[in-house]
This record gives sequence, C-alpha cells and structure tokens, in this order.
Amino acid sequence: MSVNVVMPQVGESVSSGVIAAWLKQPGEAVAKDEPIVSIETDKATVDVPAPAAGKLLAHKFDAGTEVKVGEVLAVIEAGAAGDAPAAAAAPVAAPAPAAAPVKAEGPALSPAVRRIVEEKGIDPATVAGTGPNGRILKGDVLHAGAPLAAAAPSPAPVAAPKSAPAPAPAPLAPPAGDRSERVVAMTPIRRRIAERLVEAQSTAAILTTFNEVDMSRVMQLRAEYQDAFTKKHGIKLGFMSFFIKASVEALKAFPAVNAEVRGTDLVYRNYADIGVAVGGGKGLVVPVIRSAEQLNMAQLEKAVADFGTRAKDNKIRIDEMQGGTFTITNGGIYGSMLSTPILNPPQSGILGMHNIQKRAVVVDDQIVIRPMMYLALSYDHRIVDGREAVSFLVRVKECLERPERMLLDL
Amino acid sequence: MSDTPFDLVVIGSGPGGYVAAIRAAQLGMRTALVEKDATLGGTCLNVGCIPSKALLESSELYEQARKDLSKHGIGVGQLSLDLAAMLKRKETVVKQLTTGIAGLMKKNKIEVLSGTGRIPAVGQVAVKAADGSESVVTTRRILVATGSVPVALPGIALDGDRVGTSTEALCYPEVPGHLVVIGAGVIGLELGSVWRRLGAQVTVLEYMDRILPGMDSELATASKRVLERQGIKFVLGARVTGAAASGDKATVSWQDAAGAAQSLEVDRVLVCTGRRAYTDGLGLQELGVSLDNRGRVLVNDHYETNVPGIYAIGDATPGPMLAHKASEEGVAAVEQMAGIKAHVYYDAIPGIVYTSPEIATVGKTEEELKAAGVEYRKGSFPFAAIGRAKAIAHTDGFVKILADARTDRILGAHILGHHAGDLIAELGITMEFHGSAEDVARSTHAHPTLAEAIKEAALAVDGRALHGG
Repeated sequence: MSVNVVMPQVGESVSSGVIAAWLKQPGEAVAKDEPIVSIETDKATVDVPAPAAGKLLAHKFDAGTEVKVGEVLAVIEAGAAGDAPAAAAAPVAAPAPAAAPVKAEGPALSPAVRRIVEEKGIDPATVAGTGPNGRILKGDVLHAGAPLAAAAPSPAPVAAPKSAPAPAPAPLAPPAGDRSERVVAMTPIRRRIAERLVEAQSTAAILTTFNEVDMSRVMQLRAEYQDAFTKKHGIKLGFMSFFIKASVEALKAFPAVNAEVRGTDLVYRNYADIGVAVGGGKGLVVPVIRSAEQLNMAQLEKAVADFGTRAKDNKIRIDEMQGGTFTITNGGIYGSMLSTPILNPPQSGILGMHNIQKRAVVVDDQIVIRPMMYLALSYDHRIVDGREAVSFLVRVKECLERPERMLLDL
Repeated sequence: MSDTPFDLVVIGSGPGGYVAAIRAAQLGMRTALVEKDATLGGTCLNVGCIPSKALLESSELYEQARKDLSKHGIGVGQLSLDLAAMLKRKETVVKQLTTGIAGLMKKNKIEVLSGTGRIPAVGQVAVKAADGSESVVTTRRILVATGSVPVALPGIALDGDRVGTSTEALCYPEVPGHLVVIGAGVIGLELGSVWRRLGAQVTVLEYMDRILPGMDSELATASKRVLERQGIKFVLGARVTGAAASGDKATVSWQDAAGAAQSLEVDRVLVCTGRRAYTDGLGLQELGVSLDNRGRVLVNDHYETNVPGIYAIGDATPGPMLAHKASEEGVAAVEQMAGIKAHVYYDAIPGIVYTSPEIATVGKTEEELKAAGVEYRKGSFPFAAIGRAKAIAHTDGFVKILADARTDRILGAHILGHHAGDLIAELGITMEFHGSAEDVARSTHAHPTLAEAIKEAALAVDGRALHGG
C-alpha cells in the first residue's frame, strides 16, 4: 500500500519551504517516524518523518526545490523491505533525530481552552501553559482580551544588527582581466529577514536612545560568587541573567516598552517574555524566555545556555521563537561598541548590549578606570514616548550599576 | 530472621506501610514489614475503614428494608435483624482483606516480621515477638508507618466495653438502647448512623458549635439537618466532663452551652474526639527525631526525618488522617528513595464521610478561601433537580463547586448526596490537572446519572445552570 510523504504545515504563516536535503534515498528502507527529508522554511529547518515504515520510492522533487504545504514529496511502499543499501550520501543538512514534529502538534487542550483559543484566534503553540507539565489552563488564555497571550502569527524572529555574513564578495580581479558578477539567490530565511526588516522600519517609528553603564559592580559580584553559584546551581553566573533581571525591572516600571501596537489598540501585558538573540548555526535566532519575571538568576542562565547550545545545532523550535514581548541583543560579543538595533516586530522595544571596555571616567571629581558598556534602546515611538524610553534605560543602568536596587525595589 | 541487611524496613502494615512495602519490592528493594498485631492491614483494615464500611452497608440495607422499600411497592413482611450474622459478615470481609494483604506480601517477597518494632540505632530495627524474644535486623532505610490511635479525653474512663472507642463500637454484641457519641466528626457520624439504623437511640455530644469541624460549613449544616431528620440528636457546645461505666450502663456528664451541668445514663458511650499519631516505643526521641507538639513525626518533602535514613508517612506525620493520603505518601517516599521524582498533590486529596447520604469534599472550603483572601465564584446544584436522583429516590443533598474568580480554576468541591464519595473523584482529577469549572461544564456527562449534578454545578459557577436557578 502506498503512503504519501507530504510537506507539513510547519507554522501558521508558513506556506512553503525549500527541500534542503534528502535524508533517505529511493529504495531505502525507512522506519516509522524516521526523518526522510529536511525542509528549510523561512523560520527554521524541520525534518519530515516517515508516516509509515516501508520502502521509500522515488523523490518527487530535487533538493533545492521550493514546495508548497500539502504537496506530496515522496511515496513510501508501506511494509516493503528496502533494496540493498545504496551508498547513500551523508545527509547534508539537519542530523537524524527528528528535531521538530511534523505538525506543530500543540499541547493537549481542555474544553474551556479549546473554546477560548478558537474564539480569540490564539495559536496554542504560542501560549506558555502554567499547568502541570506545561498544560495550558483556562486562566492562561482567558485574559488575553486585555493581554493576548501571544499575537496570532508572530513573524519570524530577527534581530537586525547581526545578520549572517553576506556571501563573500568576488575576489577583486585586476581591472584588465575578467570582470563578472556572481548572482546568488536569497535563501527563504534571508528573503523573509529582508522583508521583515523593511516592514519593521516602515511600520514603527523607530528611534534609539543611548546610555552607558559601569559594569564594575556586576563583575565584582560575579568574581565573588562565581564558585559558590556554579557549585550550587550547576551553571556559571554570566552577564545575561543580570541583563535580563535589569530589563525586567525596567519593563515593570515602564510597561509601554513591553507592550505593542495592534491596529489602533495598545496591548499591555502583565508578563515579560524576553527574546534573547543567540548566534545559531544558520544565523541569528531569538528564542524567547517565557515569564522571565518569574525566573531566578540560575534559571535564567540555564535557559540562555540551553538556547545557545541548541541554536548551534539548529534545534530551537518555532514555537520557542514566537510571541516575545521584548528582546535583548548582545553585539558586544562580536566587538560592537555602539549600535542602533532594529525592532523585532510587533515588539516595541529592543535593548542592545555592547562590549565592555575599560575607559577613563569621572567619579566624584576623580578620573578613574571603570569597565564601561554602552546601552542602546531602540523603541517604537508610536507607543513609547521619549521620556519613557530614556527613563527605561536609566532604570536598566541603575539596576546594573547597583544590583542591590533590584532587591530593595529602589 | 535473616542476617543480610535489608534495603528498607517498614514499621506498620496499614495502608501506608503495606503499600510502601509493595512499591519498594517492585522497585527491587529488599524489604521487610514489621507488624505487632496478629493480622496485617493496620487500623484501616482491622478496626477502621473496612469494618465500618461493611457495617454501614449492612445497616443501610436494613434501614431501606424497614423504611424505603414500601415506597417502591415492595412488602417485606416480618423484618428481622440477626446482629451476630451481620457482625460475622463484617469479620469475614476483614479476614478476606487481611489475608489478601498477607498474600501480597508473599507475592512481592516482602519478609513480614511479627512483633513490636523499635529503632535502637539508625540502620537497625529491633522486633520483639509475642514470646518476648527480640531480634535485630540491619537495614539501609527505615520507614515509620505506625499510624494513629484514638485520643482519650480527661475525665473519661475507657473500659473497653461500655465506654469505648470505635474499636468497641464496631462489635457491640447487642444494639444499644441508647448510645451517646462524644465527638461529631467523621467516625462519630458514621458509627452513630450504623447503630441508629439498627434501632438505637443516638445522641451526639459535640464541643464545637457545629458538626464536622474543618469541613465546609454549608456542607456541615446541610448534613446535620439530614442526619437530624433521620433521628440523630445533636447537642452542640457540650463540654464533656466525664464518662464512666457502672454495671451494664454508663453515665456521661457534660456542661452544656449555657454552662449548666447535664448528664445521661445510657447503654454505651462511643468516644471519638480525635486520633493522635502513634510512635510510642519506637525510640524516636532517643534518636533525636523531631516531633511536633502533637507527637507527629516531622519530615521534609522526601518524607525523611531530620535523622538521615529514617522516614515517616501517614497518620504518624502531619496532614489529613486518611488511608489514601498514607498510601500516596508511602509510594512517593519509596519512589523518591529510588530516584523517581514522585510527589503527592495535597490540594486534591478527597475526604469522605460514609453516612447516607454520603458527604465528600476535595480542596478548599469557602471558609479557607475567605480567610486566605482568595476571590472565588461558587456554583451549587441540588440533587432534587436531577432526574436519576428522583428515579432512584435519593434526592437529598447538592454539589457545590468553588472556582477562582479570575482564572476559573477549581479550588474546592463539596458534595452531599448518594454516592458522593464516588462522584467526588471526577472533581479530584480535574483539580490534579488544575482544570477549570468550565472544563467540567463542557465535558459530556451521561444521562441519566447523578454526575449530571456536577456538570450543572459547574455551569452554575458561571450562573448558567440549565436545569435550575
């Protein structure tokens, strides 16, 4: 009996993908759920698993072809044994273990939740469930009238400043010799990034405000407590947990930065889902830490470390990248001194951290050497006014320069 | 007794201990179970849950034959009661179950050590047999599951006959003419009901100004009304000052709510004012194990005491004194020893009173929610409006559901009615999943069943019950 292998619906707004690589060759035996082909969409790379065990018949499309959701990619003769093992080329792209599920098969939904998500058009995959084992409870989606748990199709996550490096320019040939162009088609991911960047810039009124922060207290704390922290929590105390905590404080004080413009409405939330830009195997991705305001330092470090590891292996799931309310990007690790980050729509704010450099500064009328870092906050002026943006950044600065302020709520 | 060390020795073979032992054996632990009574099963099987439920069923059938069958057009002629036979049936049930436990111990290769257990040192359990001989076994871990015993009141002279506890009340050789029950808690109401049905006059003396202390008060008030209609007399605000036997009678004296001295001469007195954790003779104090001011063993969330290697569960520790709580803790404690992340969800442990109609609760009462300042919505529905209840002529009672005002999550549920104890399970499971009232309301409930009252109460939380106001 023939069983079709179909291009799956990977995310709400994804209508097609490009075949990145065939993982199984015609004639090979495949087991049920074994990944057969790797598809690159404009959000992520997903592996399509075999719907049944059997023998894979011919590929209907070659690698590199764009296929629409629902198209038949290949056929499996269910139950048949494979031919003698072909000297198959090693799979080019994603590794064997099925990373992403075929259908974005969300968590089990209770009756009340089913009703509400349908009425409000919420994608359950974007809701952080607070029930046992992450189940979505009625309470998680009920008050989405005021705060919508997550916007419906949240566009692909992008943090502009650090894009994947452009293809290497053609070597500079001597003027008298052969001068030609090399045309390379944009990958779907790059196309989508380009679209969204322009969209972000033309929709929101993006401005950037700057400040600088003396990182000596944070560095002191790290030096003093690193051993104890690592011993107790099993993870090193980095900088990101401080950046996130300070951001949470500032978001609480200036909720407009955590809000979004939706049509003619302003949507405020009582939680902070913070996207953390991490360099991945295929470029920058921005996975989201849900309800970051509820996590402690160790939990934040673990979340960031986990994202970092998985990003390198392209193992960040689509639902993990959707629905953030604010983003933090750290150009400093690449050497950036100062930048103007672009917003990650539909968010209204993005905080840019930069490199920490010892500079001569004035403290109490003395010139001293301090490890300084420039902070940049790009914001949507439609919802955040200048005073709020400046004050937000000041609050971040305060909480980083004197972390005890967060403890004392000062 | 063998010399090889055990992985776990459980002291006490009640629902906490024997279940823990079975789970331990399943997980590959070399396990022994210490029991000082002749039969296994602890209080629950021998002188608690099981025998009381057997008598409650028998006596309820007698009551139905006497009062209700004629409604259905059934004539029973000359009705007779053979109390001895009724008690014998109860004993047979108990024997079947205690033998069953012994069988389970054998099947799971758990060594049963008969005798009184004592912990002379960490890693050691001494068992003193009936003949006085003592042997010591070594073990990696010890689980105290010694349960609880009835608490005596000052001024009350228990004589194991006329003035007794639930143990005696489960086997009175004749139906008392007048039975006084001291304490309007679960045990008092259940055993009081048994003997009232069999023909006794029953008076319940209660210290507080309400029955079933700790339960939702609307539920308690409704239950009291039903029980009074059945013929039980309640005296609230009574401070019992003494009870003593004299010949084949007993005298109870108390100070009533107005402060006046009262007394009654009756046939039997049932003292059931509470139970206390039982750890007597184990040697816990000498080992430095911390107990609270009620003698309950203090444990952390791995059920370990402050002395590493010594664990405790069930009635011997704080929390509701319920068999299923003990069993759940027994499993969780042992699983945690094996590295499994097991936990007991204390917010959804049901409690049941097996009167007729039954009383069942799970989660918070209205009083608890008010005291905690939690805003809630409430939905109630009476069985009188449920088709099945009418059809089977059991229309007393209601279902009440309490849900968080903001998230609709079910925080508590209370049922007075026929089969309330079974019906509450649905709400217990919903609470384990942190479900909402709407989840229950939107789940199909078969018709015609008593469970429809639950669906209607859930709808009522939202003010939209279908079959009632």
